[in-house]
Amino acid sequence: MTLTVIILTLTGIVFFYATTVGILRFPDFYSRLHAAGKGDTLSSLLILLALMLYNFHELNLANLLVAMKILLIVVFIFMASPTATHAIVDAGYESGVQPWTKKSEPED
Amino acid sequence: MDSFFIGIGLALCFLMLLTMHRAIHGPTAIDRIMGVNVIGTKTTILLVIIGTIYHRVDMFVDIALAYALLNFIVTIAASRYFQHHKNLLPEGYGFKHKSEGEK
Amino acid sequence: MRYIYTFLIMFGFWILLSGKLDLFHLTLGVISSALVTFLSANLFMYEHGRNRLTTGMRFLLYLPWLLYQIMLSTLHVAYLALHPKMKDRIDPTIVTFKTILKTDIAKVALANSITLTPGTITVRIEKDIFYVHAISRKAAAGLPGEMEERLAKIFERD
Repeated sequence: MTLTVIILTLTGIVFFYATTVGILRFPDFYSRLHAAGKGDTLSSLLILLALMLYNFHELNLANLLVAMKILLIVVFIFMASPTATHAIVDAGYESGVQPWTKKSEPED
Repeated sequence: MDSFFIGIGLALCFLMLLTMHRAIHGPTAIDRIMGVNVIGTKTTILLVIIGTIYHRVDMFVDIALAYALLNFIVTIAASRYFQHHKNLLPEGYGFKHKSEGEK
Repeated sequence: MRYIYTFLIMFGFWILLSGKLDLFHLTLGVISSALVTFLSANLFMYEHGRNRLTTGMRFLLYLPWLLYQIMLSTLHVAYLALHPKMKDRIDPTIVTFKTILKTDIAKVALANSITLTPGTITVRIEKDIFYVHAISRKAAAGLPGEMEERLAKIFERD
């Protein structure tokens, strides 16, 4: 039980780290959104599942409610994260941000 | 187990500081919105972790839920607002500046 | 009919969020759910004529596959982000394709699924043309993939 919680949380943290490195390293903001929209979803899911397991140590109504609410946060993040990504990328496309391509790389 | 969760929370804070670089330095306004959105997702998780550490998850999980909702609405509203502001991009990032050919 | 569905969903949320099962709180819940249902049932569900229950069941069966795709895509993004010569690996393009899906909810599900699968995010939808930003040529070639067929089976078969 404890081992499962630790493994899930550490995997989530590793994915969060990769996401953050991606946000800092990718060349333009379309590719940064690739990192932001996907990495966040899965790592939030992993860490919140771990916390749900940890808080659900004995079966009673209060614990069940807490677990259900954490599950609600997970479901909400799953719907909201792609939608927010979509809204941001649409705003960028409308205001005319040029996507980075291999050809547009300056020679230096 | 508590010290493990404190360590996880500190790691999340460190990652939030790294993301703060993107939220402050830009280069476009939309990058900043993205940085704020990512920081908000991490804050939601951090709130649940804080609740676990203080043994008051039943209270903190409500705050986390409200924070997730607010974060989503902020992102949608800000990106809708910037959608029609074509002059907010710095030099060299849009179609417009490139076609004027200042280089 | 849709009033009943909306009321049941709202009341479920009330019980989940309040967590108290005595008479006073349940009465308050019935009153406020009824008020919200009266005000916003048109907004919450507006399409007619489909069997929502079987659609929902089929969508639940679609979720494990989506979860597997999300795992693949996160691994892909993590690999790209941590690769030392990342700029050689990526080759972003914006591709367009025409979808066969008709209903709005199916298009929304397809757009969100595209965003969550490896290497692609939806930029915008105009009528039935999808603009998709792909991070490499390989990801762009795989569009729209088997996702569209699966969603067509879920949402458009009666």
